[in-house]
Amino acid sequence: MIKKVVSLVKKELLLEIKQQSGFSGVLIYALSSIYICYLVFRQSVEPQVWNALLWVIILFAATNAIARSFLSESKGKQLFYYSLLDPRTVIISKSIYNFIILSIITSIILIVFITLLGNPVADFNSFLAGLILGVSAISTILTLVSALASKAENNSALMAILGFPLIIPVLLTVIKYSRNAIDGLDSAVNQPYMIILIALNLLIFALSFLLFPYLWRD
Amino acid sequence: MNSKLKNHWWKALAVVLVFYSIIYGFLGPVPHLPILHETIRNLYFHVTMWFGLMILLIVNLVYGIRYLATSKMKDDVYAEESARTAMYFGVAGLLTGMIWANYTWGAPWVNDPQLNGAAATMLAYAAYFILRNAITDEHKRARLAAVYSIFAFVMMIVFIQVLPKLTDTLHPGRGGNPGFNTYDLDSDLRKIFYPAIIGWTLLGCWIMNLRIRLRKFNTQNN
Repeated sequence: MIKKVVSLVKKELLLEIKQQSGFSGVLIYALSSIYICYLVFRQSVEPQVWNALLWVIILFAATNAIARSFLSESKGKQLFYYSLLDPRTVIISKSIYNFIILSIITSIILIVFITLLGNPVADFNSFLAGLILGVSAISTILTLVSALASKAENNSALMAILGFPLIIPVLLTVIKYSRNAIDGLDSAVNQPYMIILIALNLLIFALSFLLFPYLWRD
Repeated sequence: MNSKLKNHWWKALAVVLVFYSIIYGFLGPVPHLPILHETIRNLYFHVTMWFGLMILLIVNLVYGIRYLATSKMKDDVYAEESARTAMYFGVAGLLTGMIWANYTWGAPWVNDPQLNGAAATMLAYAAYFILRNAITDEHKRARLAAVYSIFAFVMMIVFIQVLPKLTDTLHPGRGGNPGFNTYDLDSDLRKIFYPAIIGWTLLGCWIMNLRIRLRKFNTQNN
């Protein structure tokens, strides 16, 4: 199973490198929204606003990036996977692949964001830890939701409608966590949020692992 | 006659309990507290709505899981109608809460984890209905809706049970605030509050029951 997951992730990455259009599209989307933020706010961004803007941009970029993950596959291809693979392998590989893609996009967003809007973060290590946990939770939720939306044969609007209410708990926790990290508070203050983020990640992963097989068969 | 009584007694009980809670809710004795004053009577209406909502959403969850296990359309009808009735309760809970908040906290909407949780719950279940409307094939609709509602339910529990414990909230009984049980020394509130919960929940079941029967009727006629 691990072997299959690895080869599926590899295949997805290779496809992405060859096609590139989707990835660069999302990147341009994120960069232009950062630039708009820069034009609107100029350097005078409060740390709290900085934090909120960063997460909103990540959220929208993630929704755009992951919306394609099941929609881009044709019916025939899905049938081919269906005859070949266990659904759990598919959801794990998709989640891992989306996490990798979203991490790359997020790191580019972060670098550009810091260059344009300044860096108010005091405790950068714990900020990064929160970023990774938040991004992984968001990408796992959105992967399952994009499977739902693609089965509903509907546009990406459905994806945002279905995904955002589920993401709100994660987003609120991670925004609070990273605000504490930006203010450079002691890590003991942030520990409960850290534990909740890890627990949420496990919970979300377990849920999509359990529920995806029901979405899979048509 | 006897069998009718056997099957319908709970509807009568719902009516009696709801009227009891309304009449005695306004007339009965309540503890006198600063800030809250007489608005404490809203406990019988606002909090019972959320209890009703939670119970109906648990019904929704159970039928969602049952549908995934059995693939019987009946379970899906029950799941959908319980969610719909829960939405009515949610809207009523939000409205009564906003009136209460306006008089005690000074504004109809404040940034409180409990309120955010309620808003996110309503959004998630509104999305549940949008998802249902987007799919034409009924078995597929039932399956996708069940998957989404299970996910939404778990995230809701995290949101309204776990997250508010971490932060300060204005709601009683959370974040170091004393709960209503500390005010209710001579159990005046309990005498009306618990029957009110049962009454409103039974009323919700009745609404659900009527809607399910209506749908059955419609499918039989088509």
